[in-house]
Parts: sequence; structure tokens; C-alpha cells
Amino acid sequence: MNAYLHLWLIPLAPFAGFLFNGLLGRRLPKFLVTTVALLAPLVAFAAVANAWLLSQANPALLPLAETCPTPWINIASLHVDFSLVLDQLSLVMLLVVTGVGFLIHIYSVGYMHDEEGYARYFSFLNLFLFFMTVLVLAGNALVMFVGWEGVGLASYLLIGFYFQKKSAADAGKKAFIVNRIGDFGFLIGMFLLLANFGTLSFDGIGAQLALNPAWHGGLLTVIALCLLLGATGKSAQLPLYIWLPDAMEGPTPVSALIHAATMVTAGVYMIARTHVLFDRSPFALGVVAVIGAATALFAATIGLVQNDIKRVLAYSTISQLGYMFLACGVAAYSAGIFHLVTHAFFKALLFLAAGSVIHGMGGEQDLRKMGGLWKKLPLTFAVTTVGVLAIAGFFPFAGFFSKDAILFAAFQQGDVGKALWLVGLITALLTSFYMFRLWYMAFLGKPRSEVGHHHATPWSMLGPLVVLALLSICGGWIGIERFSAYLAPSTGARPHEAAGHLELTLGLVAIAVALLGWFVADRLYRQRPASAEQLAAAWPGSYKLLLNKYYVDEVYGVTIVKPLFGFSRFVLEWVVDVAILGGMAWLLGGIALLSGALLQRWQSGNLRSYAAWLAAGAAALLLYVLVPWATVLASVSAIHFGVAGH
Amino acid sequence: MNPTTTSFLQQEVPLSWYLLLSAVLFSLGVIGFLIKRNLITVFMSIELMLNAVNLSFVTFAHQWHEVRGQIFVFFVMMVAAAEAAVGLAIIIAVFRARATLAVDRIDLMKL
Repeated sequence: MNAYLHLWLIPLAPFAGFLFNGLLGRRLPKFLVTTVALLAPLVAFAAVANAWLLSQANPALLPLAETCPTPWINIASLHVDFSLVLDQLSLVMLLVVTGVGFLIHIYSVGYMHDEEGYARYFSFLNLFLFFMTVLVLAGNALVMFVGWEGVGLASYLLIGFYFQKKSAADAGKKAFIVNRIGDFGFLIGMFLLLANFGTLSFDGIGAQLALNPAWHGGLLTVIALCLLLGATGKSAQLPLYIWLPDAMEGPTPVSALIHAATMVTAGVYMIARTHVLFDRSPFALGVVAVIGAATALFAATIGLVQNDIKRVLAYSTISQLGYMFLACGVAAYSAGIFHLVTHAFFKALLFLAAGSVIHGMGGEQDLRKMGGLWKKLPLTFAVTTVGVLAIAGFFPFAGFFSKDAILFAAFQQGDVGKALWLVGLITALLTSFYMFRLWYMAFLGKPRSEVGHHHATPWSMLGPLVVLALLSICGGWIGIERFSAYLAPSTGARPHEAAGHLELTLGLVAIAVALLGWFVADRLYRQRPASAEQLAAAWPGSYKLLLNKYYVDEVYGVTIVKPLFGFSRFVLEWVVDVAILGGMAWLLGGIALLSGALLQRWQSGNLRSYAAWLAAGAAALLLYVLVPWATVLASVSAIHFGVAGH
Repeated sequence: MNPTTTSFLQQEVPLSWYLLLSAVLFSLGVIGFLIKRNLITVFMSIELMLNAVNLSFVTFAHQWHEVRGQIFVFFVMMVAAAEAAVGLAIIIAVFRARATLAVDRIDLMKL
């Protein structure tokens, strides 16, 4: 352990902030709440940055493990320690989580300034950061699960932040319940790991796999698929993505931090963390890749026609997470993490800019009512432009490098890989289109509605936007080669990919596709603003299909929710609860009531009757003690059998 | 029974007579307790029962040359005295409150 490096400090600082603001925040002045709320992520970020500097000076420092001296769980053959591990992968992730987290905390100070429950908001935000850092630092699957469940809890609390609004409360519940399904897979995966490896520690599993190079497929596939189910829940992939669009009910900075930049990438992180398992199971990897590509395309098509600015971004997030899964599925974990990092920058930027737009529009989220905002919100317009260019994949913005790395990695995986590459490319086209559609509808053209009162955007909101915009521009300049070389100790060294004119060609194709998307959006939303509606009218069926999100919510409602609800209502509530349990309770109560009514008569209140009962009882006891019952019974039975007694 | 422990008393009046007397007194106490309506008479019946028990205690103590039985009698007498003081005080209070000492009418504790 390093004397200047304490891993426990990283989660503990946000936790202290959570306790302080959660317990005392309501009674304290606002500036104190703000100070503590900002100090918590700042301390965590400083600790992470310190770790990064130390590890740069001394590369042998990583991986650094810190274990709680007393065992956490110690039952029979089950030994689990509370261990934190810092390696290259978790360090990169922590830099993003605490760095972007800190920026979003600053932004929230401006955004949430006039809201009820200011202290509650920041205590939840700090709580989220605590669990997220635990998740990232986890040295074994169980500690990761603690963080995993914890971020789910924080997500639930923050989605339902405006809990008086029914839609927000429902969205929180939906996110929590859908995530339970994924967590079930994670749990089963953990049990299988424990049963077959005897340990949950990532190092231990990796060591055992390294000792047995012959282990392939079979059980490892099952474990990997269980973990994948958990990842699809948390990272909003098919088929469990349905909670993320509804999660936009939360405050916009929450959408930026939890539902775009950090928490939803936990699934990608988990796959990269357990990549030794996935590496041994080509089938599981294939499933990851197909789920990722399918989700990317699927969510992008829905994003084409959504009219709520945050929903467009939500579907875009799902789609980009699909890219990361695609990267993991072709075993290009470092490319997936690279995209995770750049996506955290530009998607947080886009969400915060959307928040600034919503703030400026006085709460309006409908794109059709916006327009011409570039004049009113020039800085927001500028940073959104950066974000749109980054997500669409224009050189030299961050998104270009990471998306290119993923598409290139997919292209090299044989024929299936080329098909996945094509899906990724089509998704890139759609992404470019819907992001420029958002850009045109919100910022250009003429204002389509009168804005009642125009909020001035405070500097606490603009500052993070500028920093994130700079990161969205420069974030990709590290380049995938250097990035994957840095991550190699954690995610395994990949055989050096033959770069050269193939990569250049693919990059040019990607840019061309992004330009095509821009061009189409330009045609539809700037040059001939009416043509979008004409297009929708020309294909009413497919337009309605997309607008209604492929009716997936409705299908789930009919096939899963309705039957479950019916089962709960008719079998569990009426039969089990009302008939069986209620009947038993009623029966017991009835017996007590009836016997009470009968025995009540005994209590006549007449002193002499009590005394008579007392005397009768004493006489009965005396009779019982004095009469030689054995002899009496013997003579009675002798008479019964007709034998004369003495 | 050990013949060396036989006493002068046993030769004069047998043990059973004392016990019989005790039983008769106790039964009179019980019957009085059950059939009398006046609270003071009921109270006196209790005293009668206590003294019947005292008599059997003394009898056995003498029979077995045991001093413990006699000590018990003193305890019973002491408790009876205390009980008489408290009981009579309660009876006076009841009479003041209800102007009657008929036990059948003192049924406030009934549900």
C-alpha cells in the first residue's frame, strides 16, 4: 500500500457528503449545502488524480489492491473480502466518473438552484457517486454487486426526484424493476462463479483461467450470458432497454450523469472487467456483439422521430451503448472503453446543453416548439454544435476516434464482423441524421413558440459546458493505439491491428456517412421544412411504428406485465391473501371471540360464586391427591372383565 | 410409628380428634364464607378458616416435636392481624361508598 494513496478515500468522500446533506441539509443554509456537495466529488477527483499522477511516475504501482483487514463474509467455505482494486481500467473509469461527476455537480448548483429539495438532490447525487466508485473499484464480484445495486438505488431516487408527479414516480419504479431482472442474471452468474471457481475475486478467477487454458465454452458461456443479462439491464440494451427513455423524468443533470455518462456504462465496464470469462466463450462474445449492434440500430431508428429533446438523447445513449457492446463483443474492450470515455464527454455535454435549453425555454422539452435558439443561447448553441459534431463522428472530434476504432475492430472479425460493421455504419448515418435534426429543430430556423420568461443561464451552468466541450473536441486525440496500450494490463493485449490504408478508408467512409446524415437533415429541416411531414405522411405505417417505439412497451405490457398483474391480483391477492391468509386470521379471531363470549359468563362479579369455584377447585385437587387412583382403576377394570377382586 | 416417640398427650386425646376439630372448624369457615351475605360475617369466616389451619399446625408440631409448625402459627397470626386491619379498613370504605355490606351488591369490577 502506498502511504500517499488511499483507495477508500475515493468512495468515502461522497459518502460523507451524502450523510451530511442527507441528515442535516434541510436545516442548513444553501451555501453550506453547496460547499459540502461540491467538496465531496472534488476530494474524490483529487484522490483519483493523485493516484493517476503517482502511477504515471511509478507504473509498477498498478494494480493496487486494498483489502479491509477483517473478512467481510466468512461462512463455512465462503470467504469474501471487502477489497478495492485500482488498475488501469478502473483508473480510467474513475477519472471519468469523478471528473464528469464533479462538472455535473457544479452544473447542478445552477440548474437546481430554485428547486425544492435542493439538499436532498445533492445528497442523492453524492450517494450515487459513492456507489459508482465502489462499483468501479471493486476487487470482486460481490463488492461490485454492492455498487451495482447502490447505483440502481440512487438512479431510482433521482428519477423519482419529482415524486409528486406520477409519471416520474412510475418511471423510477420501472427503472428499478427492469433492473431487477438484469440483477437476477448477475446474481446467478455470481453463484455459478462461486460454485465453480470457489472465489468471486476477479484476480482469482483470472488466475484459475490462466492455469487451465483448456477451459472453453460450456459453463463459461452460461456464466458469461448470465453476467451479460445483468449488463443489458444496467446498460439499457435489448431486451431490457425500456427503462432508460422513461428515466428522462429525472432532473436533466441526473440524466447527464447517471443515464448517459456513468451508470449506464457500468454494464460495459463489467464486461471489460470480466473479459477473461468472455474471451473463453466465443458464443457469449457473439451474443454481446449482436445485442450491441441490434440495440444500436434499433434505438437509432426510434431516435429519428422522437420530439422530446431528452428522449432523442436517451435513444441516442442506448444506441451509443450498443456501440460499446459491439466493441466488447468483438473483443475490442479497449475500444469499447475508449468510446465509453468519449461518449461520457459528449453525451454529458449534450444533456447539459439540453438542460440549458430547457432552462432557457422555461421547462419546455418539445423540439417542435423550439427553434431559433442560437440567438438567445449563443454559448449553448456553440457547445451543442461541438457535441453534435462529436457524436456524429466528424474528424477531429472525440466521437470520430472511438467510433472509428469500434467499426475498424468489427470490420476485422471476418464476414459476421463485416455485417456488424455495416450495421454500425448505418447506425452512424442515422445518428448523424437525428442529431442534426435536433440541432436544426432546436437552434436554427424561426422560433416556433413564444417563450414566456427567459432565464439567464448562470455561469455555474456554462462553465461545465465549456470544459465538456473542450473534452469533446480533444478527448479522442489520445488515439486508440496509445489508449489500448495503456489499458493492456487490465483488458489484455490485443494482437496489433494492421493499421494503414484500410483504417484510413474506413474512417473516410464513416465521415462520408456522417456528412450524408447531415445533408439529409439539412434537406428536410432547413431547406424544405415541410418535407419532413410529407415524408411522414407518405409512410404513415412506419412513421407511427417508430413514433410509438415499435410498441415494445405495449408488447411487454401485454405479454409480461398484464399476466403477472393478473396473477398477482387473482391468485396472490384474492386466493392467497384474502382467502387463505385472511380466512385463517378470521378463523383465529372468531375462535377467540366465541370463547370469550362463552367464558365471559363465568365472570359473574358475584364474590360468592368465585369463592364457590375456589372451594370446588380445592376439593377437586384434594380428591385427585387423596384418592388412590391406581387401585381404583385396577378394581374397575377387574369388574369389567368379570374377575372377582379381593 | 416409632413407639418411643409416643407421648402422654396421645394417650389422653388422640391426634385424630384434634384434626377432626380442625376440619370441622375449617368447613364451617368455608360454608360461612359461601352462604353469608354480610361482608363482616364473610370476613370472620376467613378468620375461622385461618385458625382451623393454625390448630392443625400446632397439632402436627406437637406430634412430631417440630418447632417449625409453631413458628408458622405465629406467622399466620401476624398476617391475620395485618389482614384484619386492612380488611376492616376496606369494609369501612366500602360501607361509606355504597351504604351496604351485602357482598352480592359489591360487583363494580364486573365487566
